[in-house]
Amino acid sequence: MSKEKFDYFIKGEKGKYEVVIGLEVHAQVLSKSKLFSGSSTKFGADPNNQVSLIDSAFPGMLPVINEECVKQAVRTGLGLNAKINNFSVFDRKNYFYADLPQGYQISQYKNPIVGEGKVLLDMPYGSKEIGIERLHLEQDAGKSIHDMDPSNTYVDLNRSGIALMEIVSKPDLRSPDEVNAYIKKLRSIMRYLGTCDGNMQEGSLRADVNVSVRKEGDKNFGTRCEIKNVNSIKFMQMAIEYEAARQVKLIENGKEIDQETRLFDTKKNETRSMRSKEDAHDYRYFPDPDLLPLKLEQRLIDDLKKSLPELPDKKKERFIKEYGLNAYEANVLVSEKDISDYYEEVAKLSDKKLAATWMMGDLFAMLNDKGLDISKSPISAKHFAELVQSIKSGEISGRIAKEVFEIMVESGDNPKKIIESKGMKQQSNPKELEKMINEILSKNKDKVDQYKAGKEKLFGFFVGQVMKLSGGKANPQLTNEILKKLLKG
Amino acid sequence: MADITNQSLNEIIENIKTKKVSSTDLTKAYIKNIESAKKLNAFVTTTFDKALDNAQQFDKKPNFDQLLPGIPLAVKDLFCTENTKTTAGSNILNNFIPSYESTVTKNLWDNGSFLLGKLNCDEFAMGSSNETSHYGNVINPVGDQLVPGGSSGGSSSALAADLTPATIGTDTGGSIRQPASFTGTVGLKPTYGLCSRWGIVAFASSLDQAGPMTKTIKDCAIMLESMSGFDEKDSTSINKKKEQYSKNLKDNIKGLKIGIPKEYRVDNMPKEIDELWEKGKKILIDLGAQLIDISLPHTKYALPTYYIVAPAEASSNLARYDGVRYGFRSKQGKDLIEMYEKTRSEGFGDEVKRRILIGTYVLSSGYYDAYYLKAQKVRQLIKKDFDESFKKIDAILTPSTPSSAFKIGEKTNDPVSMYLNDIFTVPVNLAGLPALSLPAGVDKKGYPLGLQLIGKALDEQKILNIGYAFEKNCGFKNEIKKWWS
Amino acid sequence: MSLDKEKIKHVAKLARISVDEAKVESLTKDLNSIFKFIEQLNELNTDKVKPLTSILNQSLRSRKDKISDGKIREKILKNSPKENEEFFVVPKVVE
Repeated sequence: MSKEKFDYFIKGEKGKYEVVIGLEVHAQVLSKSKLFSGSSTKFGADPNNQVSLIDSAFPGMLPVINEECVKQAVRTGLGLNAKINNFSVFDRKNYFYADLPQGYQISQYKNPIVGEGKVLLDMPYGSKEIGIERLHLEQDAGKSIHDMDPSNTYVDLNRSGIALMEIVSKPDLRSPDEVNAYIKKLRSIMRYLGTCDGNMQEGSLRADVNVSVRKEGDKNFGTRCEIKNVNSIKFMQMAIEYEAARQVKLIENGKEIDQETRLFDTKKNETRSMRSKEDAHDYRYFPDPDLLPLKLEQRLIDDLKKSLPELPDKKKERFIKEYGLNAYEANVLVSEKDISDYYEEVAKLSDKKLAATWMMGDLFAMLNDKGLDISKSPISAKHFAELVQSIKSGEISGRIAKEVFEIMVESGDNPKKIIESKGMKQQSNPKELEKMINEILSKNKDKVDQYKAGKEKLFGFFVGQVMKLSGGKANPQLTNEILKKLLKG
Repeated sequence: MADITNQSLNEIIENIKTKKVSSTDLTKAYIKNIESAKKLNAFVTTTFDKALDNAQQFDKKPNFDQLLPGIPLAVKDLFCTENTKTTAGSNILNNFIPSYESTVTKNLWDNGSFLLGKLNCDEFAMGSSNETSHYGNVINPVGDQLVPGGSSGGSSSALAADLTPATIGTDTGGSIRQPASFTGTVGLKPTYGLCSRWGIVAFASSLDQAGPMTKTIKDCAIMLESMSGFDEKDSTSINKKKEQYSKNLKDNIKGLKIGIPKEYRVDNMPKEIDELWEKGKKILIDLGAQLIDISLPHTKYALPTYYIVAPAEASSNLARYDGVRYGFRSKQGKDLIEMYEKTRSEGFGDEVKRRILIGTYVLSSGYYDAYYLKAQKVRQLIKKDFDESFKKIDAILTPSTPSSAFKIGEKTNDPVSMYLNDIFTVPVNLAGLPALSLPAGVDKKGYPLGLQLIGKALDEQKILNIGYAFEKNCGFKNEIKKWWS
Repeated sequence: MSLDKEKIKHVAKLARISVDEAKVESLTKDLNSIFKFIEQLNELNTDKVKPLTSILNQSLRSRKDKISDGKIREKILKNSPKENEEFFVVPKVVE
C-alpha cells in the first residue's frame, strides 16, 4: 500500500497554516454507583431520582470515594501506557452554577492519578503517536434544562457526582481526521478495558477541543481557543474546521486572537464566545479538606496490570502474525473487542484470510444496514465459519455464497442445511462440466469461430452461458480451465 | 427533692437509674427552666413536645444500661437534626428542615438521650462571642450584658444556666473551649477525626470537631464516650476501637510530665491570667506531676494561619448556600446570577460575608501561593512544634483564653481584637490535637477563667484524667445566681 | 499589600455576594486590618517547608461500588424554595 502524505492545512491569502489541536476528553467511568456517593449511575432515570443528599450538597454531607472508580482510572491509565501516580490529591474547583450543587467540583488539579502516556494512531500516511498529558478523576455536573419554561431553568441532578475521567492530550493532533482517529482509538481502548462504554449519544464521551493555528513551519504555538463540551466526532471536526478558519482570518487581518472559551453552535455550524464563563475561570483550586490524599499500593497497580485484557495494538500485531492479515484488515478487525472476538472464533474454524474478507465485506455491510452491533448479529460466528469453509472447499461459489448468506440472515439456519435443501452445491465434476460446455460450444459454432479468429472478449459470453445452464452452480475456476482447453482444441 | 437541674449529668444519671427521678419529671424541670430563661436567648428552637414524648416512652420501658438513660439534651444548632429545623445561626437556613440526623447526635440518641432543643450559636460558627447569630445575642448567665463566648455560646449559656444537663458544641478555633472558659464549664475539643463530621453544618472541614460541654470532667467523659466513634460516612473519621472514657477515668497523675510553653505568655496578658496559670501549675505539682518548660516557637503565627485556612475552606463550604435547593432565596434577582448574589447577600450576616471574601481572596488566582500555600506550610511547622514537644511530655498546660468574658458590643467594631480571643485555642485545631478547657478560677470581677490541657492525638483519656485530678483539687465552684428568672 | 475597593468588588463577584456601595468603605477598612494581621506570616521563611496536605496520617478510605442511595426525590426536593415535584427550579440562566 503506498503511503499518502499528510496534507491538512488552512490556506490563507498569505500562506498555509497548520492547525494544532489538543483534546480534553471527558469519559464517564463505568461503575454502578457515583464517585463519592451510593446513587446509581444508570442512564435515563426519572429526573432527580438518582440523587442522594451528597449529590445535592445538603449541609454536612461528606464524600466517600468509590474504589471501583479508582481502579477504572488506573486500568485506563495502564491502557494508555501511562505512568500511574502512587500519590494523588483531590481538589475543589470552585464556581457557581445551577447544576453544580456544592458550588465546587471535586477534581484533581496538581496531583492527578495518572501522568504521561501515549496513544498510537494508524493514519494513511503512517502511524502517529499522540502524547497523553494526564488523566484525572472528577465529578460530573447535573443538567440544566432551559427550554421547559420561558422564565425558569429546571435542574436535574441525576448526573451530578457521576465519575468522569478527564483525559488530556498533548497538542499533538493536526487535523480533523486525526481527531477522529484519536477519539475512536481512545474509545476502543476504554471499551476493551471496560472502563467506559464510549456512548456519545448518552454523553458518556465528550470533549473540550483546544484549537490554535500557526504558519506552516513555525515553531511556536499560536493563541488557543477552547471549544467546550462537544459531544460527537462530527461536531468536533466541524468545530475545528470553523474555528481554524476563523483564527486564520483574524491573523491575516492583523487582529489578535483572544484566549477564550467558545461554544459550538450545531445549528449555525459556528463557534462563538461564551461570555458567561468570562469571570468564572478563577477556579480557586485547593485540596478538598473532606478527603485525604489517595495513596495507591504498588501491589494494587501490579495486580490490575496483570488482569488487563489484550489491547488493540497488541492484538493487531498478533492478528498480522498469527492470521496472516494485512495491517488494514487487522486494524478493522481489532477496532472493537466484540468484532475481534467474533473474528477469532470464525478464524479458528475456517480459512483465516477468507474469513477476514467476508466479514469486512458482506457481514459488516449487513450489520451496518440493520444498525446492529456484531454482538447482535443474526449469523453466529460458527455458522459464518461454515459458510466461509464452504466457499474455500469449492462447495459453493462466491456468488452462490451471497445467496446463502442472505438466507442465513433471514432464517438463522446453518449454511449446510440451506445449501443442501436448495440444491445450491457447486458443479465441480469435470466430466459433467465438460459435457455441458461441449453442448454449449456446439450450439454456438459461429461464436467459437469468431473467438478463434481473435475476438477473445467472447470468453465471457461462454462463461455466462455455462452459468446460465448450471443455474449458477458451475465451479467458476473449473469452468474457466475447461473452456480454455476446449476452445484451444 | 432539691432542684435536680443543678446537678451534674453523672448525678442525674444516678438519680434516673435509682428511680429517684423519672425522665418525664427531669424533662419537665428543664422545660420550666428554659421557659423562664428566655432573656438568655440560648435557644433557637425548642422541641418540648417531642422531648416529653421521648421521656414518657423511656419511663414506660426504661433501659438503664445505656450511657445516657432518659436524658434530655439541647445541642448546638449546627448539628442537623431529623425533622427539626437546623439554622446554623444563619438567615440563609431560616427554614431548613433536615431529613437526616448527624452521626454525633444519632450516637447520643442511641445511648438513651433525646433532643430538648437547638442552641443558638454564631452564624456558621464564625465568631467568639455569639454576636454574629441571626437569632440575636446570647447572654452569659454569669452576668447580664456579658457574652457567653462563641461560637458555641448558646451551648455554654444553656449549660451554665441549668437549661440542659450537658451539651455538645463544635470547635474550629476554640468554639467549645472559649465559651466553656467564659461560663465556668468544661469543654473538650477531641482529636480531629474522633467524632464524625457527617451531618454537621461545615465551617472549615480540616479544623471542625464536635465535642462535649459539661459541668464536670466525669460528665465530659460520659458525653465523649457517647458521641464519638468511627463513621464510614466521613472520610476523615479515624477507625479505632471505642474507648470507655468514663469507666477508665483515674485521678492518679503522679509522674506525668506536663509541658509549659513559654510562647503562651503573651504581651499585655492580664495579670489574672498569669496568676491562674501559676495556680494551675501548683495544683499539678501537688498532684505529683512534673512540669517541663517547652517551646512551641511558631505559636504566634497560628492565628494568622488560621485566618487564611479557615476562611478559605469556609468560602468553598458555604458556596452550597445559593438559594437553589434549600434555605432562603431572595425575592429579587431576575436571572440566576442576580438571584445568587442577592440571596447570599441577604442570607449571610456581615462576619460570614467578611470571611467568605477573605477566603475567596486568599485562594484566588495570583494570591494562592502567597496566602493559602504559605499558611499550609506554617501549619506544618506548628504541627511539628507539637510533635517535637510531645516526644518528652504527656500533656501541655496553658490558659484557655487571654481574658474573661467581655461585654456585648465591646469588640464588634474591631474584628482583629475579636479574633485575638482565640489565640490560645487555635494552634490545637491547626495541629488536630485534643484539648480540654476546665474551669480553674475567677478574675477580680468574679468572672470564670479556664485553663487548657492539650494532649497528644487520641490521648483524650490522659487529659481527662489530669482534668479529673485537677478538678478535685482546684476547689472551683461555679456560683451563678439565677438573675434572669 | 492593600486591598482596594475594586479588588473587593471583584472578589465579591467571584463569591456571588452583592455588596452595598455604602458598605464597601467599612468593608475595605476591616479587610485591610485583617490582612495586615495575616501578613505577619511573611516574617517566616518557608521556602523549604512542605505544605501540610492532611492533618491525619492515613490514606483515603474507599467504599465498595454498590448502589446504596438515591430514590429519595421527595426528600431532596421538599426544602426547595420554588416548589416542583420533579426538578429544582431557578430563574433563567442567561448564557
